[in-house]
Formats: sequence, structure tokens, C-alpha cells
Amino acid sequence: MTTTGMATIFLWAGLEQGLGRLVDLGLNQLPPAWRSWALVVVLASAMLGVFASLFALSTLLERKGLGRIQNRLGPNRVGPYGLFQPVADGIKMLTKEDIVPRGADGVVHFLAPIVLFAPLTMAFAVLPYGRHWVPLNLDAGLLFFFAAGSASELAAFMAGWSSRNKYSLLGGMRAIAQMISFEMPLVVASLSVVMISGTISLAAIVERQEAWLWVFPKWNVFTPWGLAGFALFIVAAMAETNRSPFDLPEGESEIIGGFMTEYSGFKYAVFFMGEYFGMFAVSGLAVTLFLGGWNAPLSFLPASFLWFFAKLMTLVLVFIWVRGTLPRVRADQLMNLAWKYLFPMSLLNLFNAGLWHYTAAWQMPGGLAVRWIVCFAVIAVPCMVLARTMMSRHQWAPRVYQYGN
Amino acid sequence: MQIAFYIFSLLMIAGAVAAVSLRKPIHCALSLTVSLAAVAGHFVLLGAEFVGFAQILVYVGAVAVLMVFVVLLTRENTPGEGLGVGRWMIGAGVAAGVFGVLAACVLASKAVWNPGVQPEATARRIGEQLMSTYVLPMEALGLLLTAAAIGAVVVAMQDKKRI
Repeated sequence: MTTTGMATIFLWAGLEQGLGRLVDLGLNQLPPAWRSWALVVVLASAMLGVFASLFALSTLLERKGLGRIQNRLGPNRVGPYGLFQPVADGIKMLTKEDIVPRGADGVVHFLAPIVLFAPLTMAFAVLPYGRHWVPLNLDAGLLFFFAAGSASELAAFMAGWSSRNKYSLLGGMRAIAQMISFEMPLVVASLSVVMISGTISLAAIVERQEAWLWVFPKWNVFTPWGLAGFALFIVAAMAETNRSPFDLPEGESEIIGGFMTEYSGFKYAVFFMGEYFGMFAVSGLAVTLFLGGWNAPLSFLPASFLWFFAKLMTLVLVFIWVRGTLPRVRADQLMNLAWKYLFPMSLLNLFNAGLWHYTAAWQMPGGLAVRWIVCFAVIAVPCMVLARTMMSRHQWAPRVYQYGN
Repeated sequence: MQIAFYIFSLLMIAGAVAAVSLRKPIHCALSLTVSLAAVAGHFVLLGAEFVGFAQILVYVGAVAVLMVFVVLLTRENTPGEGLGVGRWMIGAGVAAGVFGVLAACVLASKAVWNPGVQPEATARRIGEQLMSTYVLPMEALGLLLTAAAIGAVVVAMQDKKRI
């Protein structure tokens, strides 16, 4: 790395402290009774602002990236390289007419986007962005995160049911079935981290990963159980946030727009933003649990919140890449994946984490490498066997319509 | 803290009242969810974070979804005929009985009589207790839930055999 690059990185680390000082300076001007409230307001607006801008950035990134994958240009009319496309989209969404179907249940129809969006923004509060940058350092942070995310199932139902539209209802049903099924592997995959770290405080989980092997980091993803857990977590997270290839709830070729069919204008924008916010939140959790949070990828670089955001955006890029690569799965494939593959694998991964923990004290020839290979085999071999069995059992049969014949 | 207590209490009572007075079953279920979520707020205010978050996770994430599904799949969304006076009395009797049992349990607990000592309810403490003192009830619950899950699978499978 060049010296300029190094200097830039250290400047960034300085920026982190500088921002903190600036907030302190501003808060000290206020009467003491107001300070904690002012801090809440500052933090909340900062988080909303940052993630709303990230949302604008990633919609553009997604459209450009998908365009590149599909051998076309993507948006390029508004501003240089289409950079101002999100602004134009935002104005369009805000000025569009808000249409509510006559048969719709007005109150529930109105509340559904709010019920989806508000808890998701709460989930951002517990993520540890930097060493001293944890807006809400809860003892049970991980649980808070999942609790906040659990309201989205209800929101999908509210949207689907209140629209009084069969496609909406089908989409809502699909969304709930999918979210409930994939919540299990998601939670169990994160449990492996909890088992090893011995805490459910997210900041403490990041601090546990602050160890180095020479210059390389000892993040959870570099252990066999962590690697498997990370893979399981990302697949489950894709389904949980209704991202392609698991975007059945809004499968536009089958059920128009799923539970969002009857939403237009800004309410639709809130759903759309909710999907991206969900992706950010769950990527942020993946970064926290498996990728070392704010820690630098090499020991001599300073830890900074910028690493957190760099890792987060990398994951978002992976999400976009996967969306451009894989076709949508069928509903039965989706359920099979969740219950027959991901869930048993995540349970096995819990055992694997225990094995890794208890073999730490063993003295064996080859040491770490042998332990790594053995623990990896414990998860990799059943994974392959299960996949092969599921594939070989697969048979084509004449389709039977249970109620249609 | 005071303000938060009043907001959560108001939400809880309003949700409960709406749950028994609204006409559409789905609206009732959703109002009940508001009430249950407000209970979680009370738990957090009392310093039992873990219990509060578990309340949200279980009741808003699972039980509420189950309720709306059941309402949706079992019958039309038409309001049923009103209950007779006799049914009202039975309902009130059951509610009073449940309240009595719960109140007796709460009053019997040590925590009520020495409010100065805040019981520690961190996740670690609850986990240790579940794995040591209360391991048998937990195992029994696990068995019960497993049996319920297997039962659900069996019920769902029967359809296929009949064809």
C-alpha cells in the first residue's frame, strides 16, 4: 500500500474522533437536562440520513449493476452517468397520486407501510458502527434486533389482507410463510456466534473478534463454524428480506406485485425503502456477527466505522450480484431449502461450534490446521451428502392437482 | 420514564378495549397485538430487557401472525351475531377467575414486597436459571412443543394419503 493510501486511512480514523468531538461540542452548549434528548435526536437523524443516502446510492448501484450483468446501460439520462436518478425517482414517488382501492380497509392499508418501516429503523439503533459508535448499547442487542425485525411479517399480512385483492393476499401469505421459515436458520446460524462469544450484546461480540494471527484478523468467518454460519446466514437473510432469488412474495410474473400490488406513490416508496433498509440491517448484523464489525482487515490499520460501512456495502454488492445471477426459485423449492437443508445444517453448525470450542484445549499434531480441517469436514461432508441425497431423490412425476381434478 | 409509562399503559388499555369492541375479527387481532407490544414496553421500563424483547419476538412475531392466519382461514370476515347475556356472564366469570389467579401469583412473589431491590433479569441470569434450577420444566416444555410440531405435521400429511 502506498503512503498516500495509508495517510488517507489514518485521516479517516481521525475523522471518526473529530465527528465525535464536534457532537460533544454542540451538546455542551445545551442545558444539561436536554443533552440526552438532543443526543438521541442527533443520533436518530444521523442514522436515518446515512441509511437513506445509502438507499439512494444502492438503488442506483443495483440498476447499474444489473444493467452491466444483463449487457445494457442502466439509467444514464439524469445527471452524469445517471447519478441523479435516485433524486428524480424520489420526486416522482412523492408527487404520484396515492390510490387506495375502494374495497380496501383504509386504516390497515395506511398502517401497513409504517408497521414495516418503523421497526426496521429501530433495528439500526443497536448495530455497533464503531468502537464508540453504538447508538444503543443493549445487553440483549441481538434479541432486540430480531424482535424489531419480527414485525415485518405482520406488516406483510396487513398489506396483503387490507388491499382486498387476491394477488395481494397471495403475496402476503407467501411473504409470511417465507419469513417464518427462514427466520429459523437465520436465528440458529447467529446462535453459533452467541455460543462462542458467550454474549448477546452486539458490541461485545465485535470486541471478541478483535484478535490477530500475525497481521490477519481472527474474525468469526475465518473459523469453520463461522464460515458455514456466515453462508447459512446470508442465504437465510436473502430470503428474509425478500431479495431475489427468493422474491416470491412480489413475484411480478405470477402475482403482479404481491402484497404491494395495491400500493402507489409514497406508500409504495416506503415498502421499497423498507426492503433496502431490511437488507442494510441484516447485512449490518452479518458484518457484526461474522466479519468483525468495525475491525480493520489487517492488524496495522486503525479500526474505524468506515470498515463497517465498507463491509456492509460489499455485502450489498454481493446481494445485487446474486440477484443478477440466479433465477427465482419455486415455492416448494423455497420451503424445501428452508426446512430440509438450511435448518438441519444450522443445527449441525451449532454442534460444530461446540466442537470448535472444546477442541481448543486439545494438543494435537498439526495444531490449528488439523483442528480447522476436522471441524470443517464435520459441516462440509453432511452438507454435500444432504445435497446429493436431495438431488437424487428428486423425481419428475405427473402433476396432481389436489382440489382441481 | 413517567411519560413512557403512561404512553405504554394507554396503548395497552386502548388496544385491549379495541380488541373486544371492534367488529372485524382481524381488527381485533391486530389491536390485541398493539396491547401485547405495549406490555413488552412495560417489561423494558421495568429493566427486564430480555423478557420484553422475547415478548415482542413471540407475541408480535409469532402469536399475532398465527391469530390473523386462523381468523383468515377459518371463516368469512363478517361480524357474528352478538352474544347473549348468559354468555357475557360466563365470559366475565372466566376473566375474573384468570385475573384472580394471576393476581394471587403476583402478590405471592417476593419481588412485590421489597420494591427497593430490583431483581436482575439479564439474559445470562435467565439462561443460567433455565439450565440449572428450572431445567426439568424447560425440558417438559420442549417435549410438549416437539409433540405439537409432530402433531401438526401428521395433521398436514393426512390429506395426501386419502387421494
